[in-house]
Amino acid sequence: MTEPNNSYQAGLLSRLGAAKQLYLIDFTLGAMKRRTGRNVMLFSVYLAIIFILGSVMLFSHAIRREAAILLENSPELLVQKLRMGRHELIEGTRLEVLRKIRGVRQAQGRLWGYFYDQANGANYTLMVPREQSKTTAVKPGETIIGEGVARTKGIKQGGYLFLLSETGKLMKLKVKQVFSNQSALTNTDLILLSEPDYRRFFVLPPDLYTDLSLTIRNKREIDKIVEKAAKLMPQARFITRRDILRTYESIFSWREGLLLALLGGSLIAFTILSFDKASGMSAEERREIGVLKAVGWETSDVIAMKFWEGALVSIGAFVFGVALAYAHVFFFSAGLLEPVLKGWAVIYPSFTLTPSLGGIQLATLAFFTIIPYTAATIIPIWRAATTDPDEVMR
Amino acid sequence: MMKFLSNTMRRSHLALAVIATGAAGLALMTMHAQFSGRSSQLAGHAALVAELGLTDLALFTEARYTRHPSQADLFTPFQDHPLSFDHFPSGSLVLPQRQFGNKDLFAESLPQ
Repeated sequence: MTEPNNSYQAGLLSRLGAAKQLYLIDFTLGAMKRRTGRNVMLFSVYLAIIFILGSVMLFSHAIRREAAILLENSPELLVQKLRMGRHELIEGTRLEVLRKIRGVRQAQGRLWGYFYDQANGANYTLMVPREQSKTTAVKPGETIIGEGVARTKGIKQGGYLFLLSETGKLMKLKVKQVFSNQSALTNTDLILLSEPDYRRFFVLPPDLYTDLSLTIRNKREIDKIVEKAAKLMPQARFITRRDILRTYESIFSWREGLLLALLGGSLIAFTILSFDKASGMSAEERREIGVLKAVGWETSDVIAMKFWEGALVSIGAFVFGVALAYAHVFFFSAGLLEPVLKGWAVIYPSFTLTPSLGGIQLATLAFFTIIPYTAATIIPIWRAATTDPDEVMR
Repeated sequence: MMKFLSNTMRRSHLALAVIATGAAGLALMTMHAQFSGRSSQLAGHAALVAELGLTDLALFTEARYTRHPSQADLFTPFQDHPLSFDHFPSGSLVLPQRQFGNKDLFAESLPQ
């Protein structure tokens, strides 16, 4: 008989506890309503900071993931010729030397370079598709362009692209296709043209290439192949796929580069907000605590009430700040970050990132925002709540 | 609307309901990210990268060392003078690797 009675009592007590917390929340919201302007301002600042932090975090995580997936398909090994420490065109005869290394399945010359368009100040990347390319094959007189080129030049599929070569002659190319927005992240400034057109445009001798790309049979042999190739071509620089991936890992890592530059400002703003909150309370708040204590509230009740104040503000700001950041990054292409990323570039890709939001990201963001803020609210309250009401009200 | 709700509901219930709605929104977003179904588009994009043999993201097109950071010379950002200031704003976002200058970066590709 005693067991059900005990559980009934326990249930009643827990219900009473929950009811007490609900009354405390009611009271807290009432107190907050008396300072509507101040609380709305605080909530807005907090929301804005979480929005910025969240946007940068989601953007950098998504772009790092996308870069890793995409660049996993980049050439396994690239060979660049260096002369007097600078990159120079490499002879096609080197291909035979490299093909003879055991483990090299294929060696091909790559033709790509930059072109500065004086008309609009944009930089384009001109490239010749590989021989085995099917969907991107172009005949002489044709071109496939990135969406950024089409946008800045105002041309569409079927139109004509005019480029002024260094000899002063205009090259006219028919636009066979415009790459879609979905692939803009890697090809927004790309102009694909045939090998004869490319060589004519840059006045390039027939057997010279920008660099050489190697396909390796077994990935585990890459280091050995690089070692062998380096003996045959001591002046060359070898760039493995791992180097490429590591470069991007470094650019988007939180310790350096992009993320640090963007996060810096918002982290400082959040620190200022937390410190301001921790440094003390207004005289009105102190008097309120004094009155509550004088009418019989316990220290724990006062702390619980103020805990709810901090928790409601920070959880509300967190939930809505992250939601806004998600919409900003994945539905509005991170438009507010664009001016920072664009710099002086004329062409900036119009891309949408593949959405990614995980528990770890949310937990990290929550840990760095909700906990410091709630702690910053509780500490001064605890100090005021443990002192004598008479002293506090004075 | 808010006035009607605040007259008919307790403040605490209203506040918790608003937060619960936001949390449900976050849960929906997590699901949206999981099932957004753009993986096929990403696979198509990856196939294009493989076909053309692309090496870099076209995020920063203003200078050659920011357009192709993985292909640029190590000294390219300082091409005018050793330790000269960078010209382009994206140079502040695309920092040199930490291994810069100590030969670790391309250690495996250097002759032994």
